[in-house]
Amino acid sequence: MKSILLTTVAVAIIGGGILYGERLAKDKPRDDGRVVITYWEKWSAFEKEAMEAVVNEFNDSQEKIFVKFVSVAGISNKITLATAGGVPPDVAGLFGGNLAQYAYHESVMPLDELAAESGISPDDYIPVYYDMCTYRGKLWALPSTPASTALHFNKAILREVGWDPENPPKTIEELDKLDKLAAIKNGDKMERMGFLPTEPGWWPFAWGPLFGGQLWNGYDKLTLTDPDVIRGYEWFGSYAEKYGSGTVQSFKEGLGTFNSPQNAFMDGRVATVMQGVWMANFIEMNNKDLEWAAAPFPTPADRPDLVNPTIIDLDILVIPRGAKHPKEAFEFIKFVQSQKGMELLCMGQKKNSPLKKVSKEFIENHPNPYVQLFTDLAYSPNVIVPPKTPIWPQLSQEIRTATEKINGGTDPKEALQDVQNKMQPLLDDIVKYEKARGVLTEEEIAKAKAGGKP
Amino acid sequence: MSETNIRAKKEARAGLLFALPWFIGFSVFLGYPLLKALYNSFTDYSILNPPVFIGAKNYIDLFQDKLFYQSLGNTLYVAFFSVPLSTVVALGLAMLLNTKVKGQAFYRTFFFLPALVPAVPLAILWLWLFNGEQGIINTMMIEPIGTWLNANLHTHLPTNINFLGDKAYAKSVLVLMSMWTTGHAMVIYLAGLQEVPKPLYEAADIDGASAWQRTKMVTLPLLSPVIMFNVIMAIIGSLQYFTQAYVMFPGGAPEQSTYLYTMYIFDSAFRDLRMGYASAMGWVMFLIILLLTNAALKFFDSKVHYEGG
Repeated sequence: MKSILLTTVAVAIIGGGILYGERLAKDKPRDDGRVVITYWEKWSAFEKEAMEAVVNEFNDSQEKIFVKFVSVAGISNKITLATAGGVPPDVAGLFGGNLAQYAYHESVMPLDELAAESGISPDDYIPVYYDMCTYRGKLWALPSTPASTALHFNKAILREVGWDPENPPKTIEELDKLDKLAAIKNGDKMERMGFLPTEPGWWPFAWGPLFGGQLWNGYDKLTLTDPDVIRGYEWFGSYAEKYGSGTVQSFKEGLGTFNSPQNAFMDGRVATVMQGVWMANFIEMNNKDLEWAAAPFPTPADRPDLVNPTIIDLDILVIPRGAKHPKEAFEFIKFVQSQKGMELLCMGQKKNSPLKKVSKEFIENHPNPYVQLFTDLAYSPNVIVPPKTPIWPQLSQEIRTATEKINGGTDPKEALQDVQNKMQPLLDDIVKYEKARGVLTEEEIAKAKAGGKP
Repeated sequence: MSETNIRAKKEARAGLLFALPWFIGFSVFLGYPLLKALYNSFTDYSILNPPVFIGAKNYIDLFQDKLFYQSLGNTLYVAFFSVPLSTVVALGLAMLLNTKVKGQAFYRTFFFLPALVPAVPLAILWLWLFNGEQGIINTMMIEPIGTWLNANLHTHLPTNINFLGDKAYAKSVLVLMSMWTTGHAMVIYLAGLQEVPKPLYEAADIDGASAWQRTKMVTLPLLSPVIMFNVIMAIIGSLQYFTQAYVMFPGGAPEQSTYLYTMYIFDSAFRDLRMGYASAMGWVMFLIILLLTNAALKFFDSKVHYEGG
């Protein structure tokens, strides 16, 4: 008797749980009859708040659609699994560098038609940002917040070592000279460096392109052992070499985390750093009194054609395949693309705008005094963009490992050749498949060849 | 049909019924995924699109993949050192905690506690402990000891070790960290020790056996089934080592010296969206574990003492 009762109770609890969970998972219809769309975004803290403000603004302006904003950690994996399981959100905020992978697997929806219907045009955007949203001739995403990078330098240290703080290094050779002047080595311990390529170490792929090297031909061949690429990594490795590999690695190890007062640049342990448009805000939060400025990153003296290099980063909005309300989802994306929506978002996140049209107030009221510089850099012919290929997530990790090897004393050519050997077959598979599917057309190939820059 | 026959049938049915929940659980959560993974390992499968059969390509690619060997080597290295070390540490602790001392219960709890800390916060703590510049292990151990020895005995020892950034040390950090969770094994040893019949010790005492002789002739033989169980679990556990390494050494830095096999499986599946390749790796690991477990069983076969058996 007792056991029957227990079984009944157990079944009731499990069954009830499943039914209730099912109800929870479904979006409750709203009393006002608006369609609820779910939006997963990777941000937290102030970046999340900035997007929340945009969402609220949209919701207030709407009678038909309501956006439910969810901040999600580890978003890439979760979106993949949710999409595979057929229950993705309607809008997702992802990393632009990975777009080719999503597009290749068609896990996101092409947006060309929706964009055309809404009157969104490539001409609205700074070219590099719009270009990052496309893959093999189709539009798969639209920007949320963009970024570009520049050399940030500590004026007090420059002055201390006798360098004109209004005249930061313009060539790589000058940067090396400044590093020598600013470096302090005590026994076998580094106490300060003028520049450290691995701080913050977020873009290990950029050193080749910084010296004019191309990482691939834009469609089917990696060119990691291109002499200019190798030259870039030789320069990168020279920093470990000149002070001793172990010494520099220990120094790097002891540097604080990025968003803390112990950040190497903020507490004066490196005099200059390659950083993005967001840096001003983090300096403000962690070390208000730092006397700093920003300028375009230096270029090799013998390559004046490479002037104004900048690494481009982009956060994107996509509609995952299988989203229940793609039309409504795009309404929201469209709102973010409006000048008003975009400036609210980018101002809140303290970044530049991906749109060509920028209001005077946006520049004037922007908390980053160098926002115009970062905007201008995004127009530079020498933008450095991660290769748009589905193998990028793995390729970038392999390049990172190569830089670790170079810092450990391996010859750059050998380290890069390893990456080339390992990754080229994977790219071959992809190209073969894309050609078979008709995605990689002659026109696409011609465009890649003509474009030069991937 | 005789009464005993009916009874036996009834019992068998009841037995099956009781085993059913486990059997369903096993089929749904282990059996099916295992077979599905075996099928997937012969396909090109991105999770996002249906798998496409490609024969043995994944396995062929795998055996030509340098990183496959490197990550497997890293994992075997960690297992090779951590299994014996954790066995000795857990057994030693259990023996100490089995002695009658004041506050015995307190010590037992105290030494088990670390095993309860979740892996991720633990990994972050270890990151600080092992930090190459300001880590407490460097500032409170390596530096003072190194400095003193260098000054007084004219040695040339380092006064600072970059545990996390130097590939010569990074793997040993993983081995050391695996000691942290020996609590589980320790508790099992402790239970085993309490099962050892007291009269045997008394008899040994009367025969004039020393402490070491008692351990060697009485404790270890009677504990051998427990040791075998723990060693096999430790082998499996160390081959599946993942969380701490994934948190502490992103991408297996430095130079993939800490890139474990499980990390490669995870990255292949979820970063590169190559579930087929990852499944092939998973199956290779399954076979390796099967082989090693089998070898361990064979090794213990002649050495294990089963009471009453």
